[in-house]
Amino acid sequence: MIEDIGNLFHGFAVVLQPYNVVLMVLGIVLGVIIGVLPGLGGANGIAILLPLTFSMSPTSAIIMLSCIYWGALFGGAITSVLFNIPGEPWSVATTFDGYPMAQQGKAGEALTAAFTSSFFGALFAVIVITLLAPLVASFALEFGPPEIFSVYFLAFCSFVGLSKEPPFKTVASMMIGFALGSVGLDQMTGQLRLTFGFPELLSGFDFLIAVIGLFGIGEILLTMEEGLNFRGNTAKINPKVVLQTWAELPRYWMTSLRSCVIGCWMGISPAGATPASFMSYGIAKRVAKNGNKFGTGVIEGVVAPETAAHAAGTSALLPMLSLGVPGSPTAAVLLGGLLIWGLQPGPLLFVEQKDFVWGLIASMYLGNVVGLIIVLTCVPLFAAILRVPFSIIGPIILVMCAIGAYTVHNNTFDVVMMMVFGVAGYLLKKTDYPLAPLVLAIVLGDKAEEGFRQSLLASQGSLSVFFSNGLVGSIMALGLIALFWPLIQDGWSRLHARPAT
Amino acid sequence: MSESSHSSRRAGPSHRSVEIGVTLSIALLALIGIAGSLQAGIGWAAEGPRAGFFPFYISLIILISSGINLVNAMRDFSGRELFAEWSQLRQVVSVVIPATIYVFAVPVLGMYVSSGLLIAAFMKWLGRYNWLVVLAVAIVVPVIIFIFFERWFLVPLPKGPLEDWLGL
Amino acid sequence: MLKSLNTGALGAALLLCGAPFTTVHAAWEPTRTVEIIVPAGPGGGADQMARTVQGIVSKHHLMKQPMVVINKSGGAGGEGFLDVKGSKGNPHKLVITLSNLFTTPLATGIPFSYKDLTPVAMLALDEFILWVNADKPYKTAKDYVDAAKAANGTFKMGGTGSKQEDQIITVAIEKQTGAKFTYIPYKGGGAVAVQLVGNHVDSTVNNPIEAVAHWRAGKVKPLCVFDSKKLDYHDKIAGDRAWDSVPTCKSAGLDVEYLMLRGFFMAPGVTDEQVNFYVDLFKKVRETPEWKKLMSDGAFNQTFMTGKDFLNWVSKEEKRHEDLMKAAGFLAAK
Repeated sequence: MIEDIGNLFHGFAVVLQPYNVVLMVLGIVLGVIIGVLPGLGGANGIAILLPLTFSMSPTSAIIMLSCIYWGALFGGAITSVLFNIPGEPWSVATTFDGYPMAQQGKAGEALTAAFTSSFFGALFAVIVITLLAPLVASFALEFGPPEIFSVYFLAFCSFVGLSKEPPFKTVASMMIGFALGSVGLDQMTGQLRLTFGFPELLSGFDFLIAVIGLFGIGEILLTMEEGLNFRGNTAKINPKVVLQTWAELPRYWMTSLRSCVIGCWMGISPAGATPASFMSYGIAKRVAKNGNKFGTGVIEGVVAPETAAHAAGTSALLPMLSLGVPGSPTAAVLLGGLLIWGLQPGPLLFVEQKDFVWGLIASMYLGNVVGLIIVLTCVPLFAAILRVPFSIIGPIILVMCAIGAYTVHNNTFDVVMMMVFGVAGYLLKKTDYPLAPLVLAIVLGDKAEEGFRQSLLASQGSLSVFFSNGLVGSIMALGLIALFWPLIQDGWSRLHARPAT
Repeated sequence: MSESSHSSRRAGPSHRSVEIGVTLSIALLALIGIAGSLQAGIGWAAEGPRAGFFPFYISLIILISSGINLVNAMRDFSGRELFAEWSQLRQVVSVVIPATIYVFAVPVLGMYVSSGLLIAAFMKWLGRYNWLVVLAVAIVVPVIIFIFFERWFLVPLPKGPLEDWLGL
Repeated sequence: MLKSLNTGALGAALLLCGAPFTTVHAAWEPTRTVEIIVPAGPGGGADQMARTVQGIVSKHHLMKQPMVVINKSGGAGGEGFLDVKGSKGNPHKLVITLSNLFTTPLATGIPFSYKDLTPVAMLALDEFILWVNADKPYKTAKDYVDAAKAANGTFKMGGTGSKQEDQIITVAIEKQTGAKFTYIPYKGGGAVAVQLVGNHVDSTVNNPIEAVAHWRAGKVKPLCVFDSKKLDYHDKIAGDRAWDSVPTCKSAGLDVEYLMLRGFFMAPGVTDEQVNFYVDLFKKVRETPEWKKLMSDGAFNQTFMTGKDFLNWVSKEEKRHEDLMKAAGFLAAK
């Protein structure tokens, strides 16, 4: 333990070399840009820049690349809040309250809350990594297919039943998401399904294309219907907005702490940041006193998913380093980079490459601090984008959406699909079909199906596998509790109300 | 969201008819899903459920809930509520049409040229800027995108005859 | 089989190197960005190799134009191959292959084959090793197979993808020994190795590079390698064991051989001159220290082949895959 802290300080010394600090700032700025442009996800950014870093030492290179990663995590929130376009799956939940806030002229507050909670989520996760690395790594090993499935189950359960829309519209919407997610190759049988012989459908419907269309283009159409303005354009650009929001944030410490824990757990059990953000949002909504206001632009609805996503994104690096399992595509590319530099991820990395590992952990601390400072100073600037007249920013957003859709699979058919999703999103939203369950189902549906079928294969078809040990059993039970929470709450209050009546 | 459309004097398609249309389209989607699942096989094989097993039941649920949604929508007789006014829809269509032309133009003209044209069209028709401003933005934005994606991040975007001619 | 090919390839390479006078006139060179299509997701073996090549080419300035890597993994890689197949005559597009060049068209019916592409070079062959958890008592492949037989089909074999190389090997083992396994497909080789460490599966046939970290940490152990000869790497890796201490499966009574192609192809209809440029490029890549490091880290079989030799090898492999997959019942329903 003492030795670890010594190592950490040594790591700080490595990171604080002027050359590395420059790389860090450069990485964050690049990362934010990558996060802002839909289609250039963190994975692309890192993949593209990876070859450029071969001329650096592995430690410097990983500092720069991981800072791109932090920058992209920060940046993902920007388009979610300003334009309702989440650039990454884990920013979807941020749009639920972030975008309404921007529409009410509170873009600055929403962004400040998003960035600050991201920072705390990441900080919490880094501390967990620093203190508990060996313990936590072995926890990830407990997760076989049934456990993975149970985590997705929990994510769905804590999220469904949340919307105010008619229940059968919610069901239809979620099932459409599952159906769209199942198009393409069936991972389990290696067979094509629902492609009807069209080569364009081979790669299925990617989440990003659906979400850019449904949320981004759909929102542009709604904006057009209401005249040519973003409603947020009345926002005053107030440099003090950061401090004012900070004064308000400590009130949500409980939401924040809960989201940190959820995030770390999801990041380490390699389920990732996406279920973490949805789960955290869902639970925050259920627990909060003003739960029914969620979705109309409450700051807590931004704090919960952002904290969890960042905590998960950060802690996901731990199983990557100690087990070689990447928790996200971004992590997968980072992992490829490690191998090319001759660093083999695995339990021994922590023993043999102390300089590297502690340099990386130190860069997590400092990279997030630097990242927070950079993005916060830019908050007024980002908010000012909304003041650009819609007839200029509108087509530019459309172009960026098209580029984003194209780059997912380098396929122009996807750009057409994006437009189809856009019109569908407009119609569905106007006819009260909730879009969030649809997107959640596209993102997690095929993974959940995979976990379910892998479990059944292993258990020779017996469903009891989902309650076969303490871990999977308790996660499933949590899921069921979350699913029936409204009923439980109802019964509880009735039970307590009875003596009074 | 639709508070503004309550006024009964204004004209437009009724909320009910659009809702019925959407529900029927979803049901159609479900039927396609069922057909595709049947093609892939919906039973159980040696390796567990076959590829179409889950999509089949998912599509079936969509079909059933569409039925319920359809009944709910039909029952809404009082529904004089407008989906949107014609003038509003005209605004929406004025984006949908150029955007649709745009997405089909991308494979032919390339991303950069069609993006420039889209921006120009928007700014001229919706924003009524003068040509000088329009041209400036419509040329500068694609060039910036080109430098950013093609040169810095080495992400090739679709190109058309102009790029071929310029040898880019 | 490989031994003879090895020497053949070496001879061919020597011949090519010894003929520098053939390129007197200005040779063809790429005039725009060269794309490497990876018919698999980011982070996998093919992706890593493509990105290593990209890194080497840019670091050592082996080419004037930039090189980019594009993942097209849809339909078990079918998307990527169809893209290259459709780019007739485009000399700025390369595709790196894994075994899905053979397995995807057979298992899914997506219409492409190696005949639709122009072969450039085989850069290496990836090995497969039978791994079990280190805590298990099995000392040899034979111990393990016997235990699997006794367990009567309840032993779980983890692998990457369905009806692809890992499952083909599994079926080949079953045919050879009469043991039965429950094959469980996962998305990537790294995840498969971790499932083995966590004891969620009983064995895997991971590539060396996917499992080496866990071997070094004493979590898994290799039983045998699915090649006709032992691996030619002598540096100590796990304790006092090197890759060359892993016996061949054949010597352990498990007569199954499987190697995976890591090669490059181009679009159909390109000129010989264009192909030769890339052949030369890959030769230069192979000489760099970064490439050699990747080869030894992953215990690759470093066979290099071009031209006719390569084409012959590919057509033989395709036939073999068709037989193997037919026997396993993996062919797509027509």
